[in-house]
Parts: sequence; C-alpha cells; structure tokens
Amino acid sequence: MLLSLMIFVPLLGMVAVLLLPRESEELVKRVTLFFTLIPLALAVALFISYDRAAAGTQYVVNVPWIEAFNIQYHIGIDGLSVTLLLLTALLGPICVIASWRNIEKGIKAYMALFLLLETGMLGFFAALDLFLFYVFFELTLLPMYFLIGVWGGPRREYAAIKFFLYTLFGSVLMLVAMIAVYLNSGAPGARTFDIPTLITLAATEGHALNNLNFQIWAFLGFFIGFAVKVPIFPFHTWLPDAHVEAPTAISVILAGILLKMGTYGLVRVNMAMFPQGMDFFCNGTGTWGNSLALLGFINIVYGSFCALAQTDFKKLVAYSSIGHMGFVILGLAARNTEGITGAILQMFNHGVISGMLFLLVGVLYDRAHHREINGFGGLGAKMPVYTGITTLAFMASLGLPGLSGFVGEALSLLGAYDKFKMLTILSTIGIVVGAAYFLWTLQRVFLGTLNPKYEALPEINGREILTLAPLGILTIVLGIWPNFAIDMFRESVTNLVNVLQAI
Amino acid sequence: MQPLSNIESLLYFTPELLLVVSAIVVILVDLGVKNRESATVAYLSLAGIGCVFAAVLLTHGQLGDRTSISLFLGMIRLDAFSTFFKVLLLLATTATILFSIRSEELDAQLKGEYYALLLAITLGMFLMASSTNLLMIFISLETVSLTSYILAGFLTHNPRSSEAAFKYITYGAVASGTMLFGLSFLFGMTGTGDLGQISTRLTELLAAGEIYPLAVLIAIIFVLAGVGYKIASVPFHMWSPDVYEGAPIPITAFLSVASKSAGFALFIRFFYSGFSSSEVMQSVDWTLMLAIVSALTMTVGNLAALPQQNVKRLLAYSSIAHGGYLLMGGVLLTSEGIGAILFYLVVYLFMNLGAFYVVVLIANEEGSEMIEGYRGLASRAPLVAGAMAIFLFSLTGIPPFAGFFGKWLLFAAVLEQGYYWLAFVGLLNSVVSLYYYARIVKAMYLEAADEETASTSTPFSTGTFALLSVFVIPTILIGFINIFYTFSNISVSVLPMQ
Repeated sequence: MLLSLMIFVPLLGMVAVLLLPRESEELVKRVTLFFTLIPLALAVALFISYDRAAAGTQYVVNVPWIEAFNIQYHIGIDGLSVTLLLLTALLGPICVIASWRNIEKGIKAYMALFLLLETGMLGFFAALDLFLFYVFFELTLLPMYFLIGVWGGPRREYAAIKFFLYTLFGSVLMLVAMIAVYLNSGAPGARTFDIPTLITLAATEGHALNNLNFQIWAFLGFFIGFAVKVPIFPFHTWLPDAHVEAPTAISVILAGILLKMGTYGLVRVNMAMFPQGMDFFCNGTGTWGNSLALLGFINIVYGSFCALAQTDFKKLVAYSSIGHMGFVILGLAARNTEGITGAILQMFNHGVISGMLFLLVGVLYDRAHHREINGFGGLGAKMPVYTGITTLAFMASLGLPGLSGFVGEALSLLGAYDKFKMLTILSTIGIVVGAAYFLWTLQRVFLGTLNPKYEALPEINGREILTLAPLGILTIVLGIWPNFAIDMFRESVTNLVNVLQAI
Repeated sequence: MQPLSNIESLLYFTPELLLVVSAIVVILVDLGVKNRESATVAYLSLAGIGCVFAAVLLTHGQLGDRTSISLFLGMIRLDAFSTFFKVLLLLATTATILFSIRSEELDAQLKGEYYALLLAITLGMFLMASSTNLLMIFISLETVSLTSYILAGFLTHNPRSSEAAFKYITYGAVASGTMLFGLSFLFGMTGTGDLGQISTRLTELLAAGEIYPLAVLIAIIFVLAGVGYKIASVPFHMWSPDVYEGAPIPITAFLSVASKSAGFALFIRFFYSGFSSSEVMQSVDWTLMLAIVSALTMTVGNLAALPQQNVKRLLAYSSIAHGGYLLMGGVLLTSEGIGAILFYLVVYLFMNLGAFYVVVLIANEEGSEMIEGYRGLASRAPLVAGAMAIFLFSLTGIPPFAGFFGKWLLFAAVLEQGYYWLAFVGLLNSVVSLYYYARIVKAMYLEAADEETASTSTPFSTGTFALLSVFVIPTILIGFINIFYTFSNISVSVLPMQ
C-alpha cells in the first residue's frame, strides 16, 4: 500500500496540477513540490523500515490486472530497488526546485509531465511483473520526449526524436523477448509474466526457459533494450545530444535515473532470469565470453576520451556519464559479490554525482548563457562557494578516495579483476583520463585570470545551494560510510550471486 | 443445423430490414425539409442507427443456446462473430454521422442522399460480415463498393474528390472482376457456393487427386484481389491514398475504419470457413503468401507515410500499414490470431476515428489538411492537441494506450506460431511509424503557430470536447479492461477452426 501510494502520488499530482489555472505559476510550482516531497518522505520511510536482514522482496502487492493473460499488478521492493527508489524520490524535489526560475514558458505542462515521468520511474523500480515493468519503462518515454522537445535548447527537436527513436527501437526488441519468455513460460492458460516465478522457472532443470539457446536470445533481446538506455557503446549516440539540449533538471533525471533504468533492468531481468545467457557472455571463454566486459571497457575508455575532447561543459559531463556507466557494466560482468555490489553502488553514486554535475553546469549556464569551457577562467575568486561545490563534485566523480565515487569504482574493478585481468587493468586508463579532464576543466574554468566579461557574475544563490546540498552530503557520507547503502542490498546481492553460480 | 427458410429468416433479419427502412425514411423526410442547413436528416439517421443497434442486440439474444443460425437457405449466418462486427460497424457509422454534422465541407443540398447512402453502405457491410455463400459475398461486396464510389466523390465542387471517385471505381471494377473470376473457379471445382460445403468438397477432391492444388491457389489469389482491395493490402492498395485524400474527411474516416473492418470480417470468414482444413493446407499453403503480403503492406504503408505533408494522406498511408499489422493475425490459423485481429479492430476504431475527428476540426478551422495547420495547436487548443497526441501515440503502439495492447496481442499470436521474422518486421515498422506520427506531435507542441492563425482561431465548443472524449477515453482504457479480450475471444469461438 505504502509502495503503491508512493508510485501513484505523483500521478495524482499531475491531475492536480492540470486542474490549476494556467496563470498561477507559483501555485503550480508549490503543488508540484508538495507532490514530489510525499514520495520522498515515503521513500525515506521505506528505506528505514526495510528489513535489511531478509533477502526476499518486501512490501509486496499482488493483484490480478488483465486476467486474460495472467498479467498482475505485482510490485515489491528488494535492497536494489529500494536504493534506486530513494534516489528517484530524492532527485524529484531537487529537480522541481532547480526548475523554479529557469523554465520560462508553459510551467504547468512542464510540471505535469515531470510528475508523470516520476510515476513512470518509481513504478519501474518497483514492478515485479514483466508486463507492468515494460509499461512503466515505456511510460517514461513520452514525458521525456516532450520535456526535451519543448523546453530544450536550440536543437531540441532533433535531440528529442533521436532519443525517442533509439529507445523505442531498443524496447521493441525487448518486447519480442518479453513475449517469447511469456510464451515459453508454460502451457496456454498457465503462462505468466510474474518475475519471481519466471526466475524460478528459468532455474528449473528441463523447463523451456532453462534452455541455453533460448536464454542467449532472450538475453540479447532484453540486453539491447537496456543497452540503449544505459547507454552502452555503440547505442550511446543519442545521449550527448539529449543531454546538451535538455533543460538542467531534465538532464539530472536523464543521467540520474533514466540511465539507471537500463542497468537496473540488466540486474533484474538479464542476470536473474537468464543466468545461463549471462554466463555465455561473461564466462571469459569462447568467442563471446568476454563480450560484456569488453563493452564495459569500451564505455569506460571511449567515454573518458570523448569527454577529454569536449569544450562544451555539459557535453563533457554527458560523456563522463558514459564512462562511469562502463564501470557498472564491468562490475556486473564479473558476476561476483564485489563486482555486483560495486556496480549497484556505482549506480547510486553516479546518480548523485552526475546530478550534482548537471546542476552545477546549469548554475553557470543560467548566469553566463553559454557552456564553453574555454570561455571562462578565474571564476574561483569570483564565486568561491560555487567553486568549492564544483570541486567536491569533480573530485567525487574522478574517484578520489574518501568520496563516494571511489568506493563503487574500486569495488567494480576489484570484482572484475578476478575474472577479466587484462580488461580491468586497461580500464584503469579511464580513471586516469577522468582525472585529467576534470582537473583540466577545473583549471580552465576556475583558475587563471578572470574574463572581464564576468566581472559581475553573481555567486551561487540559496535556492541552488538547496538543490546541491543534499547530494553533496550524500557524496561525503557514502564515501566515508559506504555500508550505509551496501547494507541495504547485501542480501539481495548474495541471492543474485547464488542464482548466477547455481548454473 | 438446417438453414432456416426465407420466411422464417426474416425475424432474424430485422437489423438489416431496419437499415433499409431508415434509408428510405431519410430520403422521404429530406424531400419535405425546408431549411437545407439543418441537421434534421442527420439526427433522423442517428435515430435509425439507434433502432438498428437495439435490433442487433435483440436478434443476438434470440440465438439463445445456439451458437449460430443459418438464414435464407444458407446465404448468411447469424452468430457472435457477425454481431461483433455489426456493433463495430454501427459505432463507426454513428461516429461518421456525427463528424459529418460538424464538418463544413459537405454540400448542404445533398444531405438526404448522403445519409441515406451511409445507411445503405452499412447494410452492405452487415452482409459482408455475415455472408457464407459465394454469391452473397460478391453481392455484399459490390453493394459496399458502389456506395463508396459515390460517397468518395461527394464533394462535387472539388476536382480531387471526383478524381478520387474515378480512381476508386476503376480499381474497384478490376478487383471485383478478378474476384468474381476466382469465385467462379471455386464454384466450378466444387459445384457449390456454400463455404462450409466448399471446405468439405475441396478436402475430398484434393485427397482424391481430382483437382490441381495450383488451381485452388489461383482461385485463392483471385479472391484475395477483391478482399485485398477492400482492406487496402499491397499490391491492391494503390487507390487508397488518392481516395482517402480526395474524399470528404468523414468518409475517409469511415472507409479507413468500417470498410477495413468489414473487409477483415469477410476475409476471416471466407478463409477460415473455406480453406483452413489441414488437407487443403497441406496442398495449398496460402499462409506464407499472406505473411509476405502482410509484411509488404505494413512496410510500404509506413515508408510511404514518412514524407507526407498532408495529414489526411499521411493517415491514409498509416491506415494501409495498420491493414498490414492486422493481416499478421490472419496469417496464423489460430483463434489467438483472429481474436487479436478483432481486438485490434476495436482499438483501431477509436484511435483512428479520433485522429480523423481532429483532422475534421482543424480542416474546419484552417481550411486545409496540411501539417503546417497543426503548428502551435498545443497552445491554441491544449485539449485537442492532447487528444491528438494520445491517438497518434496509440497508433504507434506505445503503452499505456490501447494501441499497444492491440499490437501486443497481434505480436504474441505471431510469435506463438514461430513467425519470428514477421514479428520483427512488424516491430521495426512500429519504430518507423513513430517518426511520422511524431512529426504531427512536433508541429503541435514544438512549433509555434503563425501570428495570423493564432489570432483568428476560435475556441472549440463543449460538444467538440464531449465527442473527442468519446474517443480518448476508450483509447486510454480499453487495454486495461478484461471484458474486451473476452468479447473478442467469444466472437472467434464460433468460427469453424481446425
């Protein structure tokens, strides 16, 4: 009940916002903020009350929905989903506050779509029925298309349709795989979309879902769907466009949550349901045995080098996201406790850190109206507080020990080193390059002589600090005390590793 | 069960009789109407449709425990399948009449004929959905075709409309001639016009080696020409973009939904009653041919829709593509496949008619059907734009809209039979279709209106919103309601399936 409430409160908020008169903009913003704070409160409540010692799903709701196909409204949370739900619910109000001043037109429609997006994201992380999972997955597409397409930058139309087409392409392949799983799950009448049931069936000797060939193809179908979202090379080209054009708050959601939907899907469906398919692509032998780890490696190195070459601040952060998601893929490919724990932690951390980075880019853009890194210089003296927060975010992102980014990456690499020595060693290039582009950016923007154009640039204001502070605090807390998050999903990871090793 | 005699049949034939009566009454009343601008005859037709609707339900109730009754010595059949289509067709006709009242392009002088013809075409479609005899099939098809030719050319002052009617009649004559030739082949081989008997005779003859399988295949292809023309499948689709563009918008909407539905009803009954026995299938595998036609139809429709600037024409091509998706369900000899077609037809009725209604509204406002006219609609009329966006995304097949559930059923049926390639073609086509549907959405939401349009536009009336919501609400909800799935499955269960 608590969980359902959390998912559908934003939807209720959308209806409420739509009923408000168009002129009362302040009211619209306040109502939206209210409806995003409720899920946050509920998420914190769930986070606290979640039984960390139990491995199974909790807060389960399971009622029939479309009986003709045995589709259920089945939701529940385990350690992984509760972590990501918290992240989603946290970024919700932050993004609303970040949109307070810089959305000029149609604030009502913007907020309504944002609330719809939030319902889609929350529902996705809680869904335990494959059909429901898919519906929520797709539900995020439409609001995102409009949010980028209507409120974005100069090339917004191109970016929005590119994002839409790429994701839809991925998800239709996922749809085929999903239908195939459903059809193979039993005799007509006894078929199911229920994820826990499917996982059990897939582990049952002699069941149609247990067949290696089937697992490989189904794995691929889902994998491409999620890979577009993560994004994994070579499906990543929509991301820089979408990020550059999207308004600040939407970039935060895109990097913070939407990318996580891809990796979350990989864990929830690909790893748990198709352990043999996963094994085929990750066992380190044969033609395909290194492919997933290789993709992770490409993401890390390629993303980092691309980021190094950027002169647009936002594009740099976008490419750095591709690099950082590579660590998640690498960690998952390792299939051991360290690797998966690292990957999940990295998912959460990247959500927090990239959220900060995009907010910071937005702060600068709102003042200078451009994002050209070389166009700044010497801002450190002009905006000391801003510089301090940016430095914190940069250091966290480049993996400075003591801040959260380090723990996730280190654990991922540690896990991966066990299985893919060469690729892991080569992947560390990405960390070096990451340090290089962040430090170089720091130097170009904040050090040196101040560009006289920016003599009058105002310091970061209270509202902006309000959006950044919670994320900054989390970065430090998780850097010092990562068990705060790891405790949540330790049991779930153990469970998953057992499934993966049972084959 | 024995077919009923002519006199006994009349009782079960009340809906069709009522349609005839309504058409005549409409014409007679029209003679006496002084004010040509008034919508009296339109409302009269609606009342007629209402009576027919009640009659359809009552006659269906008279079936009682029987699954079907054969009427007029085996010419037509009353069963859940035909009732399903009758209800669907009545909904489409009602919507078309309502659109026509609101459309400003129709000639006020010809209203009586217009509505009488609409009722007549509905009668023809009723018969298409229930015929079980070759002769009756042909007659019903011709009734529908001849009436559509007139309706397509109804904008007498518009040369494009006349061109549309002319193209329609030329293609139609060739297609129905070919079909008649195919039907005569079948009659010649089996000596009977009854679909059920044809199935038995063909099985015997093929087993005995008395007829060539090739002859049966040729007959099937010829018949498919006639049916394919009605559902606008490749390669018999060429007429439809021109006709859809030239015809009055309500008629385009009607043709794209009702004509297609009736075509599918005929198609399903014909092929599944006549040719689906395993002996026939062994010697003449017509399903592969259908699979190819289906893949081509959706691909051609979608690719041709990509560059269109005229929304009506764009929707015409999209409607061809949807015929392709629907055909996927027909490729399979399963009740799931047919059930999926029926379900999709219901969904398609609402989303496509809804989209056409918006086209009517914009055409009234702008006097054109070009995409430019949709610019800035979101700020001018947010509700209309929102409804249109929902229809278009539903047509693309994006959840949570009904179009997704319809496509899901079709793809599930196709995958179940192992036609993976066909499902892939279908799904990739869905992605392609997003591009052109999104162009309209883009114009509505992402582009600003010209100064001139923005200032001259008038707000839409409450009636408009009420009618729009009749289409929007089902488009959002159908997928979530169990009863629609059950409904389409029951309708399929009465068909003779192998």
